[in-house]
Parts: sequence; structure tokens; C-alpha cells
Amino acid sequence: MTLSQIYSQIFVTLCSLVIAPLLLGWINQCRAWLANRSGPGIFQPYRLLHKLFNKDSVIADSASPLFRFVPYLIFGCMFLASAIIPTLSTDLPLARAADAIALVGLFALARVFLALAAMDIGTAFGTLGARREMLVGFLAEPALLTVFFSSSLIANSTALKTIVHVVSKGEFTIYPSLVFAGMAFVLVFLAENARVPVDNPSTHLELTMIHEALILEYSGRHLALLEWAASLKLFAYSTIGIALFIPWGITDGRNSGQILLALTFLLLKLAILGGILALVETLSAKMRIFRVPEFLATAFLLGVIGMLTHILLGT
Amino acid sequence: MLNGPPINWVLWVIGAWLSIGLLGIIALRKFGVVAKIFFPLGGLVGLVLAGFSARALTSGTVESRVLPIGLPQLEFHLRIDQLSAFFLFILGVAALGISLFSAGYFRNGAGTAPGLLCLEFHFFLASMALVLIADDAYAFMVAWESMALSSYFLVTANHRIPKIRAAGFLYLLIAHVGAIAVLLSFGILQANTGDYTFANMRLQQISPFWASVAFLLALFGFGAKGGILPLHVWLPEAHPAAPSPVSALMSGVMIKMAIYGLLRVSFDLLHIQIWWWGVLLLALGIATALFGVIFATVQTDMKRLLAYSSIENMGLLFAAMGLALLFRSYGMNTLSALALTACLYHVGAHAFFKSLLFLTTGSVLHATGERNLGKLGGLIRFMPWVAWLALIGILASSGLPPFSGFISEWLLLQSFLFTPGLPQSFLNMLIPVAAASIALTAALAGYAMVKFFGVVFLGQPREEKLRDAHDAGRLEKMGMLCLALATLILGLAPNLFLHFIDPVTKLLVGRGLASGATANGWWLITPTSLERASYSPLYFLMGVALASALVFAVVRIFYHGRMRRAPAWTGGHVWQNARMQDTAEGYGQPIRQIFESFFDMERHLPRPEESAPEYKVVVNDKFWKGIYLPIANATEFISAQVGRLQQGRISIYLLYSFLTLLLTLLLVPGVGR
Repeated sequence: MTLSQIYSQIFVTLCSLVIAPLLLGWINQCRAWLANRSGPGIFQPYRLLHKLFNKDSVIADSASPLFRFVPYLIFGCMFLASAIIPTLSTDLPLARAADAIALVGLFALARVFLALAAMDIGTAFGTLGARREMLVGFLAEPALLTVFFSSSLIANSTALKTIVHVVSKGEFTIYPSLVFAGMAFVLVFLAENARVPVDNPSTHLELTMIHEALILEYSGRHLALLEWAASLKLFAYSTIGIALFIPWGITDGRNSGQILLALTFLLLKLAILGGILALVETLSAKMRIFRVPEFLATAFLLGVIGMLTHILLGT
Repeated sequence: MLNGPPINWVLWVIGAWLSIGLLGIIALRKFGVVAKIFFPLGGLVGLVLAGFSARALTSGTVESRVLPIGLPQLEFHLRIDQLSAFFLFILGVAALGISLFSAGYFRNGAGTAPGLLCLEFHFFLASMALVLIADDAYAFMVAWESMALSSYFLVTANHRIPKIRAAGFLYLLIAHVGAIAVLLSFGILQANTGDYTFANMRLQQISPFWASVAFLLALFGFGAKGGILPLHVWLPEAHPAAPSPVSALMSGVMIKMAIYGLLRVSFDLLHIQIWWWGVLLLALGIATALFGVIFATVQTDMKRLLAYSSIENMGLLFAAMGLALLFRSYGMNTLSALALTACLYHVGAHAFFKSLLFLTTGSVLHATGERNLGKLGGLIRFMPWVAWLALIGILASSGLPPFSGFISEWLLLQSFLFTPGLPQSFLNMLIPVAAASIALTAALAGYAMVKFFGVVFLGQPREEKLRDAHDAGRLEKMGMLCLALATLILGLAPNLFLHFIDPVTKLLVGRGLASGATANGWWLITPTSLERASYSPLYFLMGVALASALVFAVVRIFYHGRMRRAPAWTGGHVWQNARMQDTAEGYGQPIRQIFESFFDMERHLPRPEESAPEYKVVVNDKFWKGIYLPIANATEFISAQVGRLQQGRISIYLLYSFLTLLLTLLLVPGVGR
């Protein structure tokens, strides 16, 4: 591990921290435009974070220490995730610590702790949210794994670095298995980041909410960390999608010119993807909670079909 | 003496356990002596066993001995090799933790006297050690049966409760049916030579047909002990019935003896491996794993939940072994070693975390007297030690990084992803489906474990009496700490444990993983190459911990650390009590709905006009009605028919004797002519 590697690692990770709320702000702005509103501007998530950090944390009497350390832990998990995923460069020293499977494990770790924290106070909403979150999770997690497996079978590796290399540096090929995996990934993406049609990020309606029910008891800096972590998760999933399916532009070097070029590409791709996501969310309606397992089972099966396609066709 | 051969040491350990057990008989009712001296002593013996088997494992010693005990002409052949040493190590470490816990756990009360419990407990440990070093069918079966019997008596420690006696009977029955199959399998393996030593069996070149029969019999026999579908029914009955340390020992160690036995027969004693054995094992394993985990999520008894989770883990172990067999049958030894490593890693991981979880249920049971999840809750406030130790257990059990369960899952998935190289294309098609099922199982395990921890330890206490719950005692804590520490080490320093597994895979398939896996540094595991896959739990943990600490500090520096306590907000509802939390049934409800066809459900829903509405749902195992009850009914029918012969009058019986004699005379040639 050289010094320049460490610098590039720090730079890439800081970039993720900064861009993540911006991405959320951009999506919300696009949604506002599509709904014919003027919107709060893309810097609104920053203002929200700043406000929450300034407020006192109010914690329930019955909260155990688990409740208090979970926001930090979840933020740590998402921080590590953004350090592992090749967002700008594949030359990340930390990336060796975890491959695609461990990355899924990392998200699962964060989910389990979030669910446990929601159950800690012992309120009806908290436990309801925890149950629904785990319901989404137990189907989304294997679906995400099958997506990774499809790519791994092509690259013959589960290391994200190698996957990006094989897809972007080789001859341009259309992999049929990646088409299925891509469809599965979109469904998982929507479910895991609590977007419409699975969950609605802008509602506190008990019949529908999942993510908001989980963090209902948090306030002040704890809530700020969880919100930031949620936006980091959205950013992480977006960059995973970019790395797996449209990796062109991710550099394998680590000098500043290469990284800045990669950053431009990334921002461009994120802007387009954010717009598409806003469009999808505006055009679709939230579904009933018991349709969610079907939705995710579809994703899971698409992932499996992707793997089978790879083995059938041999590419 | 310290430099003596390892086999002598194992014999000393067995001797020590047996003598501690016999001493327990002398101090039959002296509870203090038995609990405070004998059990910790037994635990120390376990530590000695772990130490020496670890040394035998790394030095690669293989030793045999013949003990002139037992029947004339039938000596005990004993042998320690890497495979036995590995399992002896697991047994030793688990025995240490569980014995220490037992010292604080067993109470002087109804049921079996403490001295007798001590005898059964240590006989159980000794017989498991003997199973592992037995080197002929005779010694193996003697040890196997003593293991079944001693554990039967332990399960029925509270024998005054009829339900516990029934559970014990079911366990004993299935154990014996399995033992018959194991014995028959050995009968085939000796290939009519009349020599039942394992050394002889290794030399026999039996035909593929008979080898398959022997394998299937062994699969049935060991599967009955390991709880493979459909022979799993005894696990969820016996575990809640048994005292918690006994559940821990059975679930953590004893069911692993099934893995040991099947590995011994299929990789060591049989000279060939046929591909469809692997496929069968893989399919059965995955079916068992999925079945176990789905049932675990809907349980309302905490020990039953863990028992079903054990079934799931045994399924994963069998699936990994099946994959190893499949690769082995095609001569792909490196891949076989990878799958086998996953299997053995999980043997260790599961032994420690599941024992730990069963011990925590023991502490909860003592503190509250409740096993029913619907009457627990909020215990993290009253029993913090037990709760935080249980948290380690559930994280490992959910297969989350950087804990031990994840590493075996990771290795297993890695070996699945290597498969597109099998010569038969339809096998290649099966593999992704299997890998996806493993992923689904792991995710569902997380669901079940969140339910277990969340309902027992988090939230508000569902009963008032829970507020008086006390934390575990000193010895109990020590026992659980040992196992939690073992779980953490397995999770954080995988390469350490890989060096223990390496000699075993070298013995069984001729390849080892450790040298390649550690080539890029001791903190990083890379099963094949750095480009292919790497995972470093230590970096992983440091990354998360550093980031958390950093953000904690940054928030304090740039903002503040002010905090207020207030009643829970819950979206503004003022009237909020413990009954409004999710129940265990409620938590399992989505799974019940999604996997409805798996269950045999009896539901009673109240009608709107009922004045005392009652909601009831009972989830049963379909295998009971489908397989076991028909068999039980058929047995009863046949015995009723046979019963007609028994008239109870001496003249009738004399008639039977006369008729039998007549028939014999007719049939035997040369007589009566």
C-alpha cells in the first residue's frame, strides 16, 4: 500500500460522502420538476443534515445502548461500502478487504442492526418497520447476490475490481445474462433504497411505510447520521449499478487527471440515472406491502435466469 | 508424559471424563461438590483435549492402538488421524465452554439427581471422543450407542414431565433406526472378509453398486443423527426438552458426529465416489436448509427456533459436503478441497455460535422461567451480559461479516461460482439454482435471528415479572465468554483456523487451501488468487469501527453531544404499552403467508361479534402427518395383529411349539424320513 494509493482512497471516499446527499437532492429536484413544482434545490439534503446535527438528540427512556450506537455503526457500514465500490478508480487498497459477496454482507449487517434498533424501544411502529424491513431484505439480499453472481461468472471473479476490468476493458460484447441481471438489479435497487413502488420516502403513513417506521424514534444527530447513511446507500447502489453494467469511464489509475476525468463521467452518469429514477418514481404507484414479496421474487428469479443464461450460452 | 503420543492423551482424557462421571455417583446428592468442582474439572479436561488435538492436527500425526477390552477376539481398534483430531478439537473447545456454564446452570431440583447428571454428562463427552477415535465398526458402534443413550438420559433429565419423556423416546427411536443403518453400512464395507476394522475396509474394492448401497445406508444412518430431511423431527422436540447445556452440546457437537461419520465413510473408507451421491447430498442438504430456516422463522418457542436453525445449518453442511463429493468424483480435487473447507469451517463456526445461543437461552430460562417468545422481551436491560453475548451469536448465525458464519458461507458460495467446469452440462445448470438457494437460506437465517434476538432481548418486557430477571452467574458468564471468544476468533482470524482444516482436506482429497489462502498476508483470505476473490475480516472490522469512531468524533467537534431522555414518541400516540409490540407470531406472519404451502397450519380467527375473541394459529410440520403418523399407525396395526397370537393360555402356547416343531421337521431335509 503506497502513499498515493492511500490519498486516492481518501479522496474517493470523501467524494462519495459529499456527492451522496447531492444525488438525493437531485432526484428530489427532478421529482419536483416532474410534478410541476419548483422544488427546494439540490442542496436541500445538506440543509436538512445541518439542521438535524444542530438539534438535541431526544432519546426514549427505554432505549438501550444498542439504540445509541447503531446510527454510528450504520454510517460506518455505508462509509466502508463507498470505500470498497470502484466509483472512480479500481485501484483502491481497501477493496481487497471485501469482494461482492462481502459487500452484500455489509449491507445486510447494516440492515440487521437497523431492524434491531427499531425493535429496541418496543413501540408498535418500530417492530412493524423492523419486520417489513427484514421482509424486504430476505428477498432483496439473495436477489442482489444473484446479480453479482451473473457478473462474477462472466469475469470469473467476485472481486469488483476484476469485474469492472473485464466488462469495460475487454472487447465490447453484449452479455445476455447481464440483461437479466440488470433487470433484477433495478428491482432490487428500488426495494433496497425504499423508493416507490416499494416504499415511499416522503410519507409517514403507517399502512405503507418501511424505512420511515424504522427511524421514527431517532432525532437530532442520530437521525442526521441515519439520513446521511441512507443517501450513501442510494449512492452506493447507484455506483454498483454503474460498475456492473456501464463501467466505462472508471479509471484503473490513481493520478489526479485520471480521477478527475472519472469524476466527470460519474457525475454525468449519476445525473442521467437520477433523472430516470425520478421519472420511474413519478410514473408508478406505491404497491401493497404484500405485493412486495412477489416484486422481489421476480427480481430473484430474474437473477437466477441470468446465471442460467450464462451457463447455457457459455458467455 | 507430556511428550507421549496423542492417542494416549485422548485415552487419558476419556478416562478422566469417565472418572469424573463416576465420582459424580459417589457424591450423588452433594450438589455443591458436583457443580463447583466436577463440572469445571470436566471443562479443563476439554481444554487439554483441545490443546493436544490441535498439536496432533498441525504435526500431522497418525497413530493407531489396540486396546484389549470388550469381547474376546474383538479388541477396540483406536486411531487418531487429522479428521478425528479436527473434530476432537471442536469437541474440546465446546466442552470447555459448556462445562463451565453447566457448573453454574444445573440446580438442585426435581428430576435427575446432580451426581447422576454429572455421570451422564461426562459419559456423553467421553463417548463422543471415543466415536472420533474408533477404528473398527465394533468400537464405533459401542461408542455411537453410548453417545445416543447418555444423551437420551440427559434429554429426559426432567423425566417427571410426560412431554419430555415423549420427546426423549422419539429421539431414542430415530437414533436407533439410524444406528441400524450405520451398522448395515459397515457390514457392506467389510465386503465379506469378516474383518470389521476400518483398516480392512479401506483396502476393499467393492463394486459401484454395493458402494452406493453402503453410501445410502450411511447417509440414512448419519442423516438420522444429523437431522437431515425427513429424519429431522426429533431435533425440535428434543432440544426444548433437554436442559440448555445439553441442547448446546447436542446441537453444537453431537450432530456434527453425523458429519464426521459421513465424511469418514464417503471420503476415507469408500475407495470410489460417484457423482450422483454428491448431487443427492446437495439436493437433500439444500432442501433441509430451506425447510429448517423457514420453520425457524415461524417458531414461538426460543429453543425450538434454535433447533430448526440447527436443522438449517446441518443442511448447509450436507450441501457443502455434497458439493465436495461431486467435485471429488470428477477428480477436481482443488475445488473439492474448497467445498470441504467451507464444510469444515462451518462445523467449527456452528459448533461455537449455536452452543453459545443455546447457553444464552438457558440463562434466560433460569432468570425468567419462560421459553415462550410471547412472554419475553426487553431483557437487554436486565441481563446485559447475556444479551450482548447472544448478539455475537446471532450475528454469526445470520452469516454476517465480519463474524464466523459469513466465512463458511463465503467459501461455500465461492466454490459454487467455480463450478462451470463440470463435465455434465445439466449439473452445471443445477449449480446456480443451488447457489441462489444457499443465498436465500442465509438471508432467511438473518430474519429468524433478528426475530430471536429482537423478541427476547429488545423492546419492552411483555410480562411484569421479567423486570426481576437477573443476569447470568459468574461461571455461566465464563462459559459463554469462552464460546463467544471462539466465535469471534473464527470470524476475525480465518487463516488461523484454515491451518487446522488444511491437514484434514489434505488427508481426504489430497489438497489443502491454507498455503494459497494465506499467501497474500495473514489478514487476507484468498482461496485461489487475489484477482478472483479476497476477504479480510480484520480490515472489514477496522473499516467500520474507524469510520464509526471518526464520525462520532467529528460530530462532537463540529456540533455537540447534547442528549435528552423522554418517553418514546411513536408518532404521537400517547397510549402505548408492551402488548402493542409485535409478537413472535406477528413477526413470523409474512413468512407464513409467503411460504404457506410448506406448513400444516391450524388457524382459528375470531368472528367480529365474539365477546371474548380468541386468535390461535398452530404451525405443524407436514412430515408428521405425511410420513411419521402413517408409519406409527401401521406399526400399531401390525402389533395389534400380532397381539392376537398372544392368548395368554399355556395350552395355546404349547400348540404353537408343537406346530413349530412339526414345521421344522418337515422343512429340514434328512429328518423324519
